[in-house]
Amino acid sequence: MPAAILARFVLIEARRGGLPWLAAGSLLAALSLAAFLSQVAITESRALQVAVLAALLRACAVFLVAAQVAASTLREINDKGMELMLSLPLSRSTHYLGRLAGFAACGAALAAAFALSLLPWAPPGAVALWGLSLACEAALVAAAALFFAMTLAQLVPAIAATAGLYLLARSIAAIQAIAAGPLAVDSIPHRLARVAVDGVALLLPRLDAVTRTEWLLYGAPSGGAYAAAIGGLALYGLLLAAAGLFDFHRRNF
Amino acid sequence: MRDERALGAVPGWIRVGLAAATAAQIAWQSTHHPGQASAAELPPAPSAEALSLAAFGERALLARLVMLYLQPFDLRGLDYPRLTRWLASTLELDPRSEYPLFAAARVYAEVPDPARSRIALEFVYRQFFADPDRRWPWLAHAALIAKHRLGDLPLARRYAQAIDRHTRSRDAPLWARQMEIFILEDMNELEAAKIMLGGLLQSGAIDDPAEARFLRQRLEALEERLGRKNVK
Repeated sequence: MPAAILARFVLIEARRGGLPWLAAGSLLAALSLAAFLSQVAITESRALQVAVLAALLRACAVFLVAAQVAASTLREINDKGMELMLSLPLSRSTHYLGRLAGFAACGAALAAAFALSLLPWAPPGAVALWGLSLACEAALVAAAALFFAMTLAQLVPAIAATAGLYLLARSIAAIQAIAAGPLAVDSIPHRLARVAVDGVALLLPRLDAVTRTEWLLYGAPSGGAYAAAIGGLALYGLLLAAAGLFDFHRRNF
Repeated sequence: MRDERALGAVPGWIRVGLAAATAAQIAWQSTHHPGQASAAELPPAPSAEALSLAAFGERALLARLVMLYLQPFDLRGLDYPRLTRWLASTLELDPRSEYPLFAAARVYAEVPDPARSRIALEFVYRQFFADPDRRWPWLAHAALIAKHRLGDLPLARRYAQAIDRHTRSRDAPLWARQMEIFILEDMNELEAAKIMLGGLLQSGAIDDPAEARFLRQRLEALEERLGRKNVK
């Protein structure tokens, strides 16, 4: 299956590019910082350790995936490797989706490794849900980074755009809550701002609702809430993949 | 491995420059010893919404990091109203965290200055009503501080009364709910203590035989004291 072969190439490239070592370094740094902070806490030291570890590992997974996707894709474009690949008797959709599947598999491997490291501190069920959610989140970030790398064709803009989308998606709920606050003066500019914020929120995934540290601290979420959160990610992942395919089919190399 | 030239290929002035820059950096940093944060440096508390925005979804983590940030401030001269606003924002960020209430009851309330201790205790009291079943231990501790450290029995009774009336969790032990009775005894309000204790025994809320026996003995002792008081 050609798409699977492409995905395998992506995984081999990630392994040879030192992604496992970067993941191990992230894990070590997160464990060290969590151990240090739990020592200075006067209560809830275990909860603090879990919270620090989970938040740092989540950020590391997302950053590593985004950087790997952008760097790998742009290197291939700049080295004319993409043109060579396109000369093969494969459809553009197969190219794009095979590559995306490989990057999503990278994210899933990182999520599995990071989730396993949380097992000594949190219940296995909650860790499993957290890990699955992180894998989905990493796949979504891979889709975003691939889209931006293909569209912008520059490393720094691609990573910056991915980071911007990711951070905005994680904070949009808080921005909406601030905009809807009861203390704000009810004026036309304020209403317009609220409508604008709500409009932006419609185009973003709810990343604040997934891979939540609270699951590890206070127990797994209800099945419905979890399914809704992961469903939202899957939907946005499909949207990004469709947008990427649209752009890739139109592009001349 | 990266293909590298020999060390000798690096000009001498660059090697000297690198060593000098490293030594200068270490010397410079060694002159900076961050001391304890001065109480006057505590900035105004951000709102829970602002903290929520800064958390990027990691509310549980940020709530605990804020507590670590507050911890090093020198307690002497600390602006307690400002401090409690910080604690309130942190608790709003993660209502299930015990850290802010623990710090208020166990650290900030246990200072020698009674006025500031009361501010911390009142913070615990106000926050208790948001989640009595989870937050009763901190109000119980506040009642103990009010009774033993401040010697303010009416205040201790107010806290004990709140625990008795608002806590419904089965996790809350009976001693916590009975605090008001013992405080009333200390206040020499024997009649009120007797009525409460009698009511508690009659309500059937005590299913442990040893505990019921202990409380009955306590009720008898109370009645005896009341009798002696009436004779006088």
